[in-house]
Amino acid sequence: MKWIALIAVTLTGSLLLVGVGDFPEWGDAHSAANEGPKLESGEQIATAVSQSFLTDTDELTQVPNVVTAVLADYRGYDTMFETVVIFAAGLAIFAILRVFGGDEVKPMRAPEDDTFCEGDHSRIIIGTTCKLLIPIIQLFALYVIAHGHHSPGGGFQGGVIMGASFILLAIARDLKSALDWFSEKTFMRLASVGILIYAGFGVLCQFFERNFLDYGALKTVMFSSEQMARSYAMLGVEIGVAFTVTAIMFAIYANLSSRGELKQGL
Amino acid sequence: MREFLEQSIQPYFNYWVYVILMMIGLWATIAKNNLIKKLIGMSIFQTAIILFYVSVGVKKDSKIPIIPHQVEEHHAAEDGNHAGGHGEHGAKRVTEKHVIEPDKFANPLPHVLMLTAIVVGVSTLGVALAVVQMLFKEFGTLEEDEILAQIKTADSASLDV
Amino acid sequence: MIPIFDYILLIFLIVAAVISLKVKDLLSASMVFGIYSFLICLLWAEMGAVDVAFTEAAVGAGVSAVFLIATVYNTKRRSSD
Repeated sequence: MKWIALIAVTLTGSLLLVGVGDFPEWGDAHSAANEGPKLESGEQIATAVSQSFLTDTDELTQVPNVVTAVLADYRGYDTMFETVVIFAAGLAIFAILRVFGGDEVKPMRAPEDDTFCEGDHSRIIIGTTCKLLIPIIQLFALYVIAHGHHSPGGGFQGGVIMGASFILLAIARDLKSALDWFSEKTFMRLASVGILIYAGFGVLCQFFERNFLDYGALKTVMFSSEQMARSYAMLGVEIGVAFTVTAIMFAIYANLSSRGELKQGL
Repeated sequence: MREFLEQSIQPYFNYWVYVILMMIGLWATIAKNNLIKKLIGMSIFQTAIILFYVSVGVKKDSKIPIIPHQVEEHHAAEDGNHAGGHGEHGAKRVTEKHVIEPDKFANPLPHVLMLTAIVVGVSTLGVALAVVQMLFKEFGTLEEDEILAQIKTADSASLDV
Repeated sequence: MIPIFDYILLIFLIVAAVISLKVKDLLSASMVFGIYSFLICLLWAEMGAVDVAFTEAAVGAGVSAVFLIATVYNTKRRSSD
């Protein structure tokens, strides 16, 4: 097995290394990837779509962060089904660890591995620190979600940070107190609501006789210009993404750390 | 040797590292015996591909792809001087809108594609870890060869019966 | 011309990848994988991909290391290779 792997890896690696010379040099602003394909003579055949993303985004959507604009508006379908993939991953973990998991409860860990928990004396310090930290982390997560248009951030990052704050609670106290806060029912509902918010914005556009996820149609609902309607709709969509990601990240952690039983975590 | 370094490695070092990381990841995914090591190898493979995409989108001396508003200030200026020279200001706004030079900002498209790839990567890692936990519950080990041996003995036992 | 900072990060990246695959203790391997993710996050911030760097810092260095540790805690800590 190791020999086959070595042969396969060296073969793929050498083929890729042969191709390295044909890539654009590092930092070349005029490469085909950045400016569009060119003929041998240097004549431009077509302009790369990323050029128009950079020049037109401000005019069309009023969103300074081009990445957020492309993520939520130009490539709206992609991000929506991305969110669905994350939701499906959460469901898959439920299915794997719960349904096929059976109900036999036996301690799996070998005794020599039992070096994780030292005792209770450190719990006080950790608990107090986390009590102080978690609100700040959650506030930061909300800022990241809400300010995703103007600075790096958005639904995915903010959602992960929000989910991480609940994971921190589960690690610092125990899984049970985290689940009291944010129970299984709540987080699965939240995950579904996130996708429904996203798809709802798409369907709402269809009511105004425009395409699915064409946010410009929402200007009458948002009482603003078409550009600002796009900007606001992007914020709404990001909030939907954040709901799903928050819920699923915590769901994955809760299931993985307790072997799907949601009784005792890390 | 020096020439080779300057011409083939220096401008393409990112690509060299992406190929090396990809080889490390692929080798770990195939040849490592421990399932968690395999998953770490898979994640390294994934980051190698992301490194390739992001390296393609880099532009020298470029800023991050966040373009501050320029149009609003012009609106304000236009409103202030609304009484005189309306046409002149309108023309100015149009010319200054084209100030955004795409060469000055990093290419946003690879960033978007890779941002979603990372988040999907972590959810697939979660699913894979759930499968690993179920395998451990079933076989009591994380080593691939031991699991295969157990499956083989179980198969032959069922055949004997 | 690639900045020197880039070279240092790329070399550390390979070192971290190799270490995380060579260490026999799976908890250490998960931690070194977190370090690897953080290094690659720095690399992306340096290349101007701030959103990707932010995501990697939150997801790769934060959450996926926690997932790995949660699994290692519930299974076995030692690895044969």
